[in-house]
Amino acid sequence: MSSGHDTADIQSHIKVYMTVFVALAALTIITVAASYLDLSTGEGILLALTIASVKGSLVASYFMHLISERALITWILMLTAGFFFVLMFIPMASFIDQTQIG
Amino acid sequence: MDIPYTVEERPDTGLFNAKLGIWLFLASEVMLFGGLFSAYIFLRFGAPVGAFHEWGQELNIPLATLNTLILISSSVTMVMSWASLKLNDFKKYKLYMGLTLLCALGFLIIKYIEYTAKFDHHIYPSTNTFYAIYFTLTGLHGLHIIGGMIVLFYFWIPGNKMWDSKPEQFTNRIEIAGLYWHFVDLVWIFLFPVLYLL
Repeated sequence: MSSGHDTADIQSHIKVYMTVFVALAALTIITVAASYLDLSTGEGILLALTIASVKGSLVASYFMHLISERALITWILMLTAGFFFVLMFIPMASFIDQTQIG
Repeated sequence: MDIPYTVEERPDTGLFNAKLGIWLFLASEVMLFGGLFSAYIFLRFGAPVGAFHEWGQELNIPLATLNTLILISSSVTMVMSWASLKLNDFKKYKLYMGLTLLCALGFLIIKYIEYTAKFDHHIYPSTNTFYAIYFTLTGLHGLHIIGGMIVLFYFWIPGNKMWDSKPEQFTNRIEIAGLYWHFVDLVWIFLFPVLYLL
């Protein structure tokens, strides 16, 4: 079971979890507050998605331990991210295509 | 015969098998939700300019913000339940897992309140394309919450006997369940601004 060293490691992890929790809560409030700013649609989308990406990275890095995970998992996720962005690009490509024809 | 690599790492992957399994499953989940996010972009482009934003004005931002905070809290209690097992504190594990389930229940109750308020105002998935994708995305996410709750409840009470016989394997199971739970939180982190704020 847990050795003394493990216990100290986990204790330090717990402090990080609490810091991440405060950051996530603060970023949630900032996201809502930012939505009331007088921004253009493009700027609003960029800001909201940037904050969401920071929050998502915090959850993945610390709660899901990706920051210290094996390279194999990082590779699997990079491949997935590649396919994900292709999927996001398909409707945009179709829109660009439509506007060029129309 | 015991299932191999439930605790020790496989030499070739450097991981215990369930961890590789859950990450592959989560990769497939990214594509599942990715398909629906892609549909959201498609429908938003197809709608009249500003219509998605206008249709979304009916949504309750304070309740959704509260739900976001609840789900973030549940992620913390989930990771704390795993950390408690690592520290050999089974009582704290039970406490944190119970709190995680409580948060999940709170999330669903708020979602129920939101849904019924929409139905009372005669807003359904067929109302317009925004509500079609809103109900699809939040409904699928809600099903993931329910699925997660079933698994977490199993590990909270009926399945916790494994802690006495195979504590390391049980701790790994909680880590795997936690990875799924954090993913469900991560999806909501993107759903919240996309559906409620933009």
